[in-house]
Amino acid sequence: MIYDMEFETMPREALEAIQLRRLQTTVERVYANVPFYREQFQKAGVSPADIRTLADLKHLPFTTKQDLRDNYPFGMFASPMDHVVRIHASSGTTGKPTVVGYTARDIQTWAQLMARALMAGGATRGDIIHNAYGYGLFTGGLGVHYGAELLGASVIPVSGGNTRRQVMIMKDFGPTIITATPSYSLHLMEVAEEMGITGKDLKFKYGIFGAEPWSETMRAEIERKLNITAVDIYGLSEVMGPGVAIECKEAKRGLHIFEDHFIPEIIDPRTLDPLPFGQVGELVFTTITKEAFPVIRYRTRDICSLNPEPCICGRTHLRMSRVTGRSDDMLIIRGVNVFPSQIESVLMDTEGVTPHYQLVVDREGPLDVLTVRVEVSEKMFSDEVKKLQAIEKTISKNIKELLGVSATVKLVEPKGIARSEGKAVRVVDNRKL
Amino acid sequence: MHVEQISVFLENKSGRLSEVTGILAETGVNIRALALADTSDFGVLRLIVDEKEKAVAALKDNGFTVGKTQVVAVEVEDKPGGLHRILEILKSNDLNVEYMYAYVKHTAQNAIMIFRFDNIAAAIQTLQAQGVTVIDGQRLYAI
Ligand SMILES: [Zn+2]
Repeated sequence: MIYDMEFETMPREALEAIQLRRLQTTVERVYANVPFYREQFQKAGVSPADIRTLADLKHLPFTTKQDLRDNYPFGMFASPMDHVVRIHASSGTTGKPTVVGYTARDIQTWAQLMARALMAGGATRGDIIHNAYGYGLFTGGLGVHYGAELLGASVIPVSGGNTRRQVMIMKDFGPTIITATPSYSLHLMEVAEEMGITGKDLKFKYGIFGAEPWSETMRAEIERKLNITAVDIYGLSEVMGPGVAIECKEAKRGLHIFEDHFIPEIIDPRTLDPLPFGQVGELVFTTITKEAFPVIRYRTRDICSLNPEPCICGRTHLRMSRVTGRSDDMLIIRGVNVFPSQIESVLMDTEGVTPHYQLVVDREGPLDVLTVRVEVSEKMFSDEVKKLQAIEKTISKNIKELLGVSATVKLVEPKGIARSEGKAVRVVDNRKL
Repeated sequence: MHVEQISVFLENKSGRLSEVTGILAETGVNIRALALADTSDFGVLRLIVDEKEKAVAALKDNGFTVGKTQVVAVEVEDKPGGLHRILEILKSNDLNVEYMYAYVKHTAQNAIMIFRFDNIAAAIQTLQAQGVTVIDGQRLYAI
């Protein structure tokens, strides 16, 4: 089912006309209300009047996480504080968090988009939603919550933690939808199994998982253990929160971006040039309806690609591929951009292979040579040499197919990969450039 | 009628094999047969030991990847053509041998070979039907 038939299935031409109008309004607002954007635009020699088509978006400067930090806490707000009704913050691993604000209309828009997302993932009025995303400064819990209420579902704001109590609630209240991080859902089922409860004892039909990278292998495991259909949801607080993009349960192949509210681009993180559909690069968002915290060409650091093909569900919005990693870790091998996380997802999608790996880059003569060292787990180990060699070949072939680079795969002993303060050293670049 | 073999993943760097034998010696495990299959970057060490569980636990504690596989111990007449006769039986019955190696000890007259088959049950049945002696784990360790 589709929550907002008009906007979610709108013909591309009409959608793009709306995008342009909303983009122009947003650009005018930030130019007038946010000193940071005004200065950036002036430095780049562009003014709001220069945005005459959607293609003109590429003339606007990018916004980075650092820019948001530099304007901590409220410097990027485009609405006066007496219009801001909610504040969220994303945890910074180093230093200050990134602070975002919402007007009453922003909260309403967010709820609508989350209602769309929940419905795309299988939820509807009458469902009971077990919402195990954290409530608090993190946008996950409240984002899902407002969407679920607007949809008319019964939401259980169970939040994170106290897993045994969650299992009891899952069994006694009979929720039909679960929203959680993929790893927490597996942990929930582990604890449930310890308590003698399996997926078949629960009433779950669908699950909507996000807020961390996961793989098709993990999806298969979640679907089996919870006895559900599982979809991927994407969002980040700088752009809105959960509900920026959602996979439809019909196709389960990429996440529809709600393009009537967000304009996505994929750029090469090295040259910053926009990349065509299908190419893997860094995802960039411009919000076109946000009031309190609009962002212009915000570099998410997330790595994915965009797919314009029509979808069997009827939605006309572009689909982004699963996020496979962060642009900060990019390597350039023989001119090809390679993200360690792409290799990791190849490993995770190879049967029996655990993603404990290390990339070693050497230069032999003029050529870059990539070696992928993979720790042998008990699951993939065999007493037969040819089976182990076949695993090496499969991984190498999958890397070549998906990334377009040749790699030598070498199996190594567990703990064979150097760890620094407990964390594996993922990349060893021996090139002297 | 099968025998349980343990296998250990080894990187091809010097001293790894002696590390395994050292760990087993310290644990008081006796190695009854051993074969190493290797490539340019790694090797698989296959072992038959008297105290399998102890060996597996000690090796895992030391960070090795360890597997267990069922293999078959077969008596081979210790004279020309002894092994050939058994391989012919296997070949004519389409039983594929993944690998094989010699066991250290003998019975009174015969040598013992360890075989790894795809289809272990069919192999045991065929060999026994042809009058070949298959030795089970208990008896093997007692030899
Ligand atoms: Zn779809």
